Amino acid sequence: MTTPSRLPEPYGPSSGANLADILERVLDKGVVIAGDIRINLLDIELLTIKLRLVVASVDKAKEMGIDWWESDPALSSRARRDELARENAELRERLARLEELELEQGRARKEHARREGARREEAP
Amino acid sequence: MSGLRYVYAVCRPLGAPLQAQLTGVAGAPAKPLHHHGLVAVVSEVPERDFGEEPLRAHLEDLDWLAATARAHQGVIDALTVVTTPLPLRLATVFRDDSGVRSMIEAREDHFRETLDRLEGRVEWGVKIYAEPEQPERAARPAPKAASGRDYLRQRRQQTRASEDMWQKAEAFATRLHEELADFAEDSRLHAPQNPALSGAAGRNVLNAAYLVPRRGSEEFVELVDRAKDDVPGLRVELTGPWAAYSFAGEAPEEEA
Repeated sequence: MTTPSRLPEPYGPSSGANLADILERVLDKGVVIAGDIRINLLDIELLTIKLRLVVASVDKAKEMGIDWWESDPALSSRARRDELARENAELRERLARLEELELEQGRARKEHARREGARREEAP
Repeated sequence: MSGLRYVYAVCRPLGAPLQAQLTGVAGAPAKPLHHHGLVAVVSEVPERDFGEEPLRAHLEDLDWLAATARAHQGVIDALTVVTTPLPLRLATVFRDDSGVRSMIEAREDHFRETLDRLEGRVEWGVKIYAEPEQPERAARPAPKAASGRDYLRQRRQQTRASEDMWQKAEAFATRLHEELADFAEDSRLHAPQNPALSGAAGRNVLNAAYLVPRRGSEEFVELVDRAKDDVPGLRVELTGPWAAYSFAGEAPEEEA
């Protein structure tokens, strides 16, 4: 659908593009000129954020495929780092719990053995 | 007449006439407005939809926005067939023809410079998606780790596999981008699209635009096609030819 091996002649419409590709260009690229009808550029940026909130239905979201405004590579790699950090913490916690458990079990075993030994000594 | 003027693009006078019934936003015909040797392609649109307040409200309506964006792009596409347009951002609206004329006068030098720079060139979009081979998340709850050590080992393997995948994807994207940028006259890296919203499988690791002379387009498309099956787990998508959206908005020497 989106991989046209369409040759450049004749210049047909870029129909292989999805809505996300189109919005990315018509909203975000192109020549910016303040017309008589003032749409604050900030409004347009806000609009893109609102869009994300408005995208309620899955179908719509699929069709849109947009969010160039937030998927800054820096942000997404930070998200990955955050996930690693969280996982790391989770693992440390788990390890600590296991070590504690093992320690407890070891102590219990020793205690048990000591009692057993004592009982055997007491016995004739 | 209470109609406003919606401007799609600025270009040189057209060698060939626009297609007879070129329909733009709001179902209105798109027509050339000549001034100072340049052409603004314009539709008359109703104030009730394109006045400041209604326009702002409409822009938050996804269906309206989608339809308007497609109509805008439709006109730009038709122009790209016959000329090299400078596409304007969606919803650039003036009160009347004289507003459009003053806008042209105020910027004609810059328009001419940019039109010269882009003459005979089109934009191609290339995206690369990385598709993780084994769904990591599904593997997590699967076989309950027998011990803490097993658990740690499993996690380490998963992390390593996914790191390898990203490294591979990154290396491939870098290589392809270098090759394409080398061939193209200019290139732009755009922020990747989010997989959660696009519904496209995999993570978008490259979202780039390339400025290519029409003559070189066929070769460019072949370059992309050839790269397509290079690495398993990676998908290359090509869109275009677009008007040079990603290269129209800046001063010529802005990027080093």
